[in-house]
Amino acid sequence: MASCSAPVPICQRYVARAPAMRRGPLPEALARSARRSSGSRDRRTVIVLGVATKPAETKSKKDAAKGGEAKGETLSPDVARDLYYDMYLGREFEEMCAQMYYRGKMFGFVHLYSGQEAVSTGAIRLLRPDDYVCSTYRDHVHALSKGVPAREVMAELFGKQTGVCRGQGGSMHMFSRKHNFLGGFAFIGEGIPVGLGAAFQTKYRREALQDESADQVTLSFFGDGTCNNGQFYECLNMAGLYKLPHIFMVENNKWAIGMYHDRATGPSFGDNVPNIYKKGEPFGMPGIHVDGMDVVKVREAVATAVARARRGDGPTLIECETYRFRGHSLADPDELRTKEEKERYAKRDPIPAFRKYVLDNKILMEAELKDIEQQVVECVEDSVQFAEASPKPEKGQLLENVFADPRGFGTAPDGGYRYEQAGFTSGTAQVS
Amino acid sequence: MLRLASIKRGWAAPGWEACASGWLPWARRLAASGVAEGGEGDPLGGAGEGRATKRLSLLKAINEALYIALERNDRAYVFGEDVSFGGVFRCTDGLASRFGHHRVFNTPLTEQGIVGFGIGMASMGMQPIAEIQFADYIFPAFDQIVNEGSKYRYRSGGHFNSGGLTIRAPCGAVGHGGHYHSQSPESFFTHVPGMVVVVPSSPADAKGLLLACIERKDPALFLEPKILYRSSVGDVPEGHYTVPLSKAHVVRRGSDITLVGWGAQLHVLTKAAQEVSEKDGISCEVIDLRTLLPWDAACVEASVNKTGRLLVSHEAPLTAGFGAEIAARVSARCFSRLEAPPARVCGMDTPFPLVYETLYLPTALRVAEAVRSTVNF
Repeated sequence: MASCSAPVPICQRYVARAPAMRRGPLPEALARSARRSSGSRDRRTVIVLGVATKPAETKSKKDAAKGGEAKGETLSPDVARDLYYDMYLGREFEEMCAQMYYRGKMFGFVHLYSGQEAVSTGAIRLLRPDDYVCSTYRDHVHALSKGVPAREVMAELFGKQTGVCRGQGGSMHMFSRKHNFLGGFAFIGEGIPVGLGAAFQTKYRREALQDESADQVTLSFFGDGTCNNGQFYECLNMAGLYKLPHIFMVENNKWAIGMYHDRATGPSFGDNVPNIYKKGEPFGMPGIHVDGMDVVKVREAVATAVARARRGDGPTLIECETYRFRGHSLADPDELRTKEEKERYAKRDPIPAFRKYVLDNKILMEAELKDIEQQVVECVEDSVQFAEASPKPEKGQLLENVFADPRGFGTAPDGGYRYEQAGFTSGTAQVS
Repeated sequence: MLRLASIKRGWAAPGWEACASGWLPWARRLAASGVAEGGEGDPLGGAGEGRATKRLSLLKAINEALYIALERNDRAYVFGEDVSFGGVFRCTDGLASRFGHHRVFNTPLTEQGIVGFGIGMASMGMQPIAEIQFADYIFPAFDQIVNEGSKYRYRSGGHFNSGGLTIRAPCGAVGHGGHYHSQSPESFFTHVPGMVVVVPSSPADAKGLLLACIERKDPALFLEPKILYRSSVGDVPEGHYTVPLSKAHVVRRGSDITLVGWGAQLHVLTKAAQEVSEKDGISCEVIDLRTLLPWDAACVEASVNKTGRLLVSHEAPLTAGFGAEIAARVSARCFSRLEAPPARVCGMDTPFPLVYETLYLPTALRVAEAVRSTVNF
């Protein structure tokens, strides 16, 4: 076990240090939400299937706390704090990863999520702990949003025993049974069928085993490049056919390493650009296109899809238009994307945008935001210290978990690990 | 750290291989070990006679081979993921600008599609050279390769064939690749009748073998050890030449034991051979198999008949690795000559690990110890 366990982990979800601020009486809140949906915001969202943007009735605080804000209603301060904390944590964590990588503390192929935080935060923070998330190789921030402690993620990146997968998987393979985080896949599209399986067992429990409480949803994240892969289409069909409570979250950042999306994907019939969201309807589910740089819009879109899935109405395909500020991985020189494109998207950075939103709408104050940022910085620094101080995995761990027997099949006749036997490194690698 | 230092020296340009802990010193030793040249006999089978040579790395040699292939046949094409800007390892650098994007083009991210599409092109008489970005990703294409590509000629009675197809994929451990950027899947494909499977170990071999694969009228899988891309440098003859397929090369002559390997592992075997020769006076014969299917059994058998002992080494896991085939055949054919059971020093029977790579791989130390215990059997 780790020799450096602090009594209480610092990086729990944001802990309010000041009393919760309530902003304004009810009528003002309604007026604000009316102003919001009147078009004063960016018009980049195109919604295919009737997601209303009219201000709805005010919901009870309980509903709001569950993430079910009505369309057009302003976020509550608690939710806003949570969203800001999560996005800021994602950004700081990834920037720290880059630093650690260039210092040689972290190795292997590391793919950073900087710029796409609005998608992870907007989608995952409204899920329940018992909902499932399936990710890709760009999974650090998905894991953090789902609740995996930053310490464990950082330790995993450093390849230490205290990592979330005991140092076994590294950057691309974050898994957590406790947080229902199904991984971490180096292979594109490989996680989507896994997500379907999780969604299926939910539906089975509900319908075949008559368990009314089985209404968990599964979110699978993947990129624009994956949408040309056979597995994606097979899964769309199965999810639509079986009406699984599964949400396909496409993080369209326009680039698959060096292949620009428009040059790798054909346009839908009658269009001149590819539209991934249109691929939902042929398979029997709504396809939603949303501005992935706007956390509030992502949250709204996912809330609709989650409600639909929980009701048992089946899957949804959500295409989030987003952008990664860094290269595909830390080893990618990122020479192909133009400066103009990068600057254009940098102006749409989701974190300053959300900051402005909460300040303008007087949901949170500057001091609270600064406080959150400070907490995040402390959390990330603590996670680095924890990871550095953690021990490396034992040699015997190499042979564990190959089969169901956790001690692996590399045990010697006397019951100990083979590596403990004299002459372990001699002769062949036979394990018998 | 190591990475920044290497960039400052300009030796490893930013790229997939330019990161992390510990492989750089090893790779530099590989380059210095000089296995690419100075072996016994001529690995090129006379192909380099009287030609000028250039000092090239493995990836530049492959780049030249592709260049020559595209020049010689205007129905040759190179495609795969990210190839048009040069590829993630820069093997296809400059091809798109020279030959045009209609001949050197990117495909969407679909390995099954890439290979299936290649089989279709080959059946129409073209020469598609498909790149799979990492050999670990070849498994979606496994169905197309095994069920379609390799059986096309056989089941159509000769009407059609996918002989023009060559699939290139970087394989092997690289120091930090983890589960899905380090695998050696050659043994899955050596089990497929109808395929040709080739693994080069030096730049001169790579260029000639790749051209031979492209020109061979059978579907070929060319696995390139990615750690050798920049670290293996040697003299490569200019212009077009081919290295004979199904001919192994004896890299080092010896009399006590035959060591058989391919790709990057060959350099490990050479290092081990050097060590046991200096410390224990054991004389090892080292054979680079080069073509795994169909493999040069005659060469290995002749060598074992001379030495009486065999050791096969590969990075892929031990059980049912290609070493098993070699050991089985040699045991059958050289039974009475053998003085010790054939030894196999291979990767462990676990998924390719991330942090325990050095523990998992068949290092020179393990090979040397196996050599000693076999010789002293």
